[in-house]
Amino acid sequence: MPDSTTTDLTAQAQTAAAPAIRTRGLVKRFGAFEAVAGIDLEVPRGMIFAILGPNGAGKTTLMRMLATLARPDAGTAEVMGHDLATRPDEVRASIAMTGQFASLDEDLTGRENLVFLARLWGFGRQAARRRADELFAAFELTDARHRQVKDYSGGMRRRLDIAASLIVTPGVLFLDEPTTGLDPTARQGVWRMIRRLSRSGVTVLLTTQYLEEADQLAERIAVIDRGRKIAEGTSRELKAATGSGFLHVTLAEAAQLDRAAALLEERLAMPVQRSPEGARLSVMARTPEAATAALGALAAEGLGLEDFAMGAPSLEEVFFALTGTPAPQTEDAP
Amino acid sequence: MSRTDPLRHIPRPPRPSALSNALTFGWRAVLKFRHVPEQLFDLVMTPLMFTLLFTFVFGGALAGSTGDYLQFFLPGILVQTVAFNAVYSGMGLSTDLGKGLFDRFRSLPIWPLSPFAGLIVGDLLRHLIAGAIILGIGLTLGYRPEAGPPGVVAAFLLLLVIGFGLGWVFIVLGLLIRTPTTVMTLGFTVLFPVVFASNIMVQPETMPDWLRAFVAVNPVSLMTTAMRGLMAGTATAADIAQALLAPALLTALLAPLTLWLYRRR
Ligand SMILES: Nc1ncnc2c1ncn2[C@@H]1O[C@H](COP(=O)(O)OP(=O)(O)OP(=O)(O)O)[C@@H](O)[C@H]1O
Ligand SMILES: [Mg+2]
Repeated sequence: MPDSTTTDLTAQAQTAAAPAIRTRGLVKRFGAFEAVAGIDLEVPRGMIFAILGPNGAGKTTLMRMLATLARPDAGTAEVMGHDLATRPDEVRASIAMTGQFASLDEDLTGRENLVFLARLWGFGRQAARRRADELFAAFELTDARHRQVKDYSGGMRRRLDIAASLIVTPGVLFLDEPTTGLDPTARQGVWRMIRRLSRSGVTVLLTTQYLEEADQLAERIAVIDRGRKIAEGTSRELKAATGSGFLHVTLAEAAQLDRAAALLEERLAMPVQRSPEGARLSVMARTPEAATAALGALAAEGLGLEDFAMGAPSLEEVFFALTGTPAPQTEDAP
Repeated sequence: MSRTDPLRHIPRPPRPSALSNALTFGWRAVLKFRHVPEQLFDLVMTPLMFTLLFTFVFGGALAGSTGDYLQFFLPGILVQTVAFNAVYSGMGLSTDLGKGLFDRFRSLPIWPLSPFAGLIVGDLLRHLIAGAIILGIGLTLGYRPEAGPPGVVAAFLLLLVIGFGLGWVFIVLGLLIRTPTTVMTLGFTVLFPVVFASNIMVQPETMPDWLRAFVAVNPVSLMTTAMRGLMAGTATAADIAQALLAPALLTALLAPLTLWLYRRR
């Protein structure tokens, strides 16, 4: 990416070839607790890359390190070819971050917030206003630009927060849960924006609570749990690696749920997920034969089925199988 | 989202200077003032109550007449006003830090101290406005600075320097403490003894020896003495130098500490 702050041509040539993000053994400790316990990551330029993980997995901590907000305790990382430890200012010049929590001045109007940031980037007074108004138009916030941010709705705030990261086009954009709290329409809007950014060459690293979001948006997904990366690949690769399929069974009698779950768990040696609403169980089956045998065992125990099906795992089931945690968010995917 | 494409690579402006960054933060402080004028209420009410209560309740007993007491008390209450204001500024910083706003600042390629420059501009503005209001009320009640307008201007300049120096204490507290109310409690816990065990409210003659010794070296006393001297036209160079000692020391020690705390991560 051409970067007017870098004048050294050899340095530019070196950084031009590097991936957008490369980390090796990145560690962050809080006291004795390792929030990030050695993560290797490589994100090519221009890619939308999602980080998926249960609450407390270390997603935010990882992102904060890459955005120079937290210092790694071990390991190395380069962002757009700049070393995180020795060249933090160059890193800052080539990134933008929209954190998990709004980073706007509530007392100022939306427009003042953006003009202020544009001035910090070095735009003149007029140019700063022009840039702010462009972003307001693009994020469909023009009508609200003269209102104080504290009077914005959650969704408007989120959009403004993302707009604030695009004053200058960053090389890498970090988005920590960019659509949490947005209604489905607003979420689609943010997705469109992210895709467009990616097409124009911006690398996007995002974390999300919505498996659907990672599935739809990201070219690659890294699943992290307890500070470690436990899987990485395209959505399809992750699903394929998880197993040939999932066995879904619906019991005739809800009272037999516990017994059926225990039996399936024993037979298939995999954790069983229960549907929140009723008598449905899902469990990964390594082979169709294993699934058939398990169904036979249920029948032999006198556990009557209302319905059963074999299906490819959803990303949600992949997530569960990998982390042993129920998917963080299930009820409100658009 | 189709009219303009704001996501195209727009040419980046050249990196601005540290001064430009600092001025931008100063501009933000002024804007905040425009949007939240209520904050003046917090800043002015306490010193106003102090002025009125001390003058009318204790004034006669302490100085013979309310008029004489006001003449004695007013320069000191200005110092107290500035000190208390600084606590609110520390609270504001602690609030901002909790909200992720500073995360945005810290991930920008800007001069790292510039957010604090903005904070200080805001503080100085608050000191100036609160000081002017208290002085205005004092004048209405009969306070007369013997040195006239030049004395008042000189005293206010000193006041701003005092505010600047004290400001660092609360910036550091704001950076260290995550809970704004704790910043306030701690700030006032530190301030009450230094403000009351000073010569702001009473002449120290009637105090026990040990306390008088403390009052004599208390920086707040030295500041108050210099403020009185400037307003009355009797300040010596030594008075002013002694008043400046604490602000200078605080700045020299705490400005680097601020930078270190801010960059620590
Ligand atoms: N400043 C801190 N001090 C101590 N522990 C922390 C700190 N920040 C994070 N942690 C801990 O590190 C772990 C990872 O936190 P992190 O915020 O990175 O998780 P996350 O994956 O972003 O979770 P979520 O999905 O809830 O946002 C958590 O156990 C958290 O309690
Ligand atoms: Mg998080």
